[in-house]
Amino acid sequence: MPLTIPREEYMEQGHTACAGCGAALSMRYMLKAAGPKTALAIPACCWSVVPGEFPATNLKVPLLYTPFAAAGAAISGLREGLDAQGKEDYNVFAFAGDGGTADIGLQGLSAAMERGHNVIYIMYDNEAYMNTGIQRSGSTPYGAWTTTTPVGMKRDFKKQNKKFVADLMIAQNVPYVATATIGYPEDLERKISIAKSIKGPKFIQILSPCPPGWYHNSADTVKISRLAVESKVFPLYEFKNGKFSLFKPSKTARLTDYLSLQGRFAHLKEDEIKVIEESVNERWSYLLKKEQS
Amino acid sequence: MPFLPITYASTSTKILSSWRTSKPVIDYTKCTRCAICWKFCPDVAIDLVVDSSLKSPNEKFSSLEAPSIDYDHCKGCGICETECPFGAIEMVREEE
Amino acid sequence: MTGNEAVAAGVKLSNVKVIAAYPITPQTTIVEKLAEMVANGELNSKFIEVESEHSAMSAVTASEMTGVRSFTASSSHGLLYMHEALHWAAGMRLPLVMTVVNRAIGPPWSIWGEHTDSFNQKDTGWLQMYCETNQEAMDSILLGYKIAENNKLLLPVMNMLDAFTLSHTSEPVEVRSHSTAADYLGELELESKMDFNNPAGYGSIVPPDGPFMEMKKDMRDSMYNATNAIKKEITTFNDLFNAELPGLTENFMMEDADYALITLGAISSTAKYTIRKLRERGQKVGLIRLYFYRPFPGEEIVKAVKGLKGLGVVERNLSFGQRGPTFEDVATAIYGRVDVPMRNYVVGLGGRDVRVKDYELMFENLVEGNNEIEWVNVGAK
Repeated sequence: MPLTIPREEYMEQGHTACAGCGAALSMRYMLKAAGPKTALAIPACCWSVVPGEFPATNLKVPLLYTPFAAAGAAISGLREGLDAQGKEDYNVFAFAGDGGTADIGLQGLSAAMERGHNVIYIMYDNEAYMNTGIQRSGSTPYGAWTTTTPVGMKRDFKKQNKKFVADLMIAQNVPYVATATIGYPEDLERKISIAKSIKGPKFIQILSPCPPGWYHNSADTVKISRLAVESKVFPLYEFKNGKFSLFKPSKTARLTDYLSLQGRFAHLKEDEIKVIEESVNERWSYLLKKEQS
Repeated sequence: MPFLPITYASTSTKILSSWRTSKPVIDYTKCTRCAICWKFCPDVAIDLVVDSSLKSPNEKFSSLEAPSIDYDHCKGCGICETECPFGAIEMVREEE
Repeated sequence: MTGNEAVAAGVKLSNVKVIAAYPITPQTTIVEKLAEMVANGELNSKFIEVESEHSAMSAVTASEMTGVRSFTASSSHGLLYMHEALHWAAGMRLPLVMTVVNRAIGPPWSIWGEHTDSFNQKDTGWLQMYCETNQEAMDSILLGYKIAENNKLLLPVMNMLDAFTLSHTSEPVEVRSHSTAADYLGELELESKMDFNNPAGYGSIVPPDGPFMEMKKDMRDSMYNATNAIKKEITTFNDLFNAELPGLTENFMMEDADYALITLGAISSTAKYTIRKLRERGQKVGLIRLYFYRPFPGEEIVKAVKGLKGLGVVERNLSFGQRGPTFEDVATAIYGRVDVPMRNYVVGLGGRDVRVKDYELMFENLVEGNNEIEWVNVGAK
């Protein structure tokens, strides 16, 4: 049977990601499309540890580790440094978590995109600071338990909505913006390939389920990723040269199908689930309108 | 030269089998060689191999590349079992 | 030319390929001048107009990692904002050069000169040079790259010049020959640069039983061991360009001195003027100026202070709850080797003038040796 994604692997076995790690799949898929002529910058996040400790590295592309807030600046420097040597045909990627993108790294990301460097910024979104042990980030959704939004007597779960960084990038008119998730590898490969073909800044947000952080069975990582799309919790869209298009899944799922597999939502009462449902629907109609306008 | 913080060594020599509590076992008589398990493995621990000893009752499948679990690197997450459309993979509890 | 123009000229002479910078007074005119040079095609360099100093340092760290000579400059709060990234550049053993136009730290706001900003960075693994003149400010860029790119060292270099007194004040500066400078520095050949044929992790995590401590020791050893190479490099530089850079330190009228001060940067010129004046009155006084602060020129100081009856360490920066860092470093260097009574003088914070009469007062206090004063030219609350 023909393979539906590239055969070549640029991520080796033996990395230290948790069993069933969605971010490991994100990296694996990203590199398959990126290929060997790729320079990578990774700020503090799970992936600053996953490649392995000294003297090992599990990636077959050069990888520069950077300070937490520095992914945007680092890819700017890598790009200009390579261009100064006539290496315009090399790809420059950032691979950063949601904390390093939505929170501490947002300024650097926004500025790198605004300056227009020919780079691709990948945000692997596991919806909390997972490497430090599940603290809430700006990208954590409403309703989620985290270790800094613990469910207690007086204060419980995250009460604020998720900050959608990809939406911010569209607002900045970045030439190519997309959301993706590991449950749709072919779609993800396609989006990375499109990003590579466009000169200028690109941003892709990849929802990457996290078994220990979301309290789900490690076997359900891919399933939950698909349910996120089918339940419209994490819509897949593309913004290319000013044109917005929304993916409408042929198979739909109920919100509770998505939530019930994850312990981080186990405490939610019916009215609280209703709040999520309303905001999911609201967002979906907002995105539909965006597509039509 | 100074002592540089640069790492080149491969991680593939690292054995991670002790991370597992259960291991995936492929029933090659049910396997259609669709490679979905290969595609969704976060540990790159499923190889595609041509091996005539991995028998399928269907001749058509036997000549195709078959998935083969790399038990040195499989962490036993179970994604392959969940995703296999043919029920050809079963997670089997590791013995103590 | 002004100090800032001299720095820009030095960057042009060094054939820098990537510049990233963010505006902050009084450093701004350096990057303005560089942007102009790039715009006019005088300098073939990529120019990244970053949105912060943290990003400026992170961007040039990354560009240097690809193997091209890179530069940035900052001051004061901007430099403090870079602090984390400074450690990163040094820890990755990247031979960057940056200029710091020394400015006070708020609050209250002050845009004027003092050295606290760069003194807060003395433990980041960067070499530190403090310039007295605009000529030195230009020459130190060329020399800085030469030293930093030495394969045995591979540590970044921070060049300091004082706000306004150097940065915005014109002095005669001889611009070095472009072709001599090009031959002197050559192209950057960074063996540790990003290699696509042999991909690596640059800065991977090291556990406690890994060589983390050994790497840090190697950085410290490299910096200590660099002193001889630096001295040799300065001699070569002076011969090649007919320049007058001092050694790690400059001894001024120290041969027969009984009393001496230690200074850094532009305020040394007023000290020298005062010393000449006092010498005319028959006082045996002298000055030790620290051109390099990291690596710390301990051996030079030990040699220079032998036989002194009193030594005053002039500090244009401040540490709270302890004496000044220069005082501490000098005391550490001479401890158990030379016994000299030492005094610490805090001067010139927030751009406060350091006048001839202030130096006269310091020498007077050193000679009399009775009541100890610490603050000079400071009023009551």
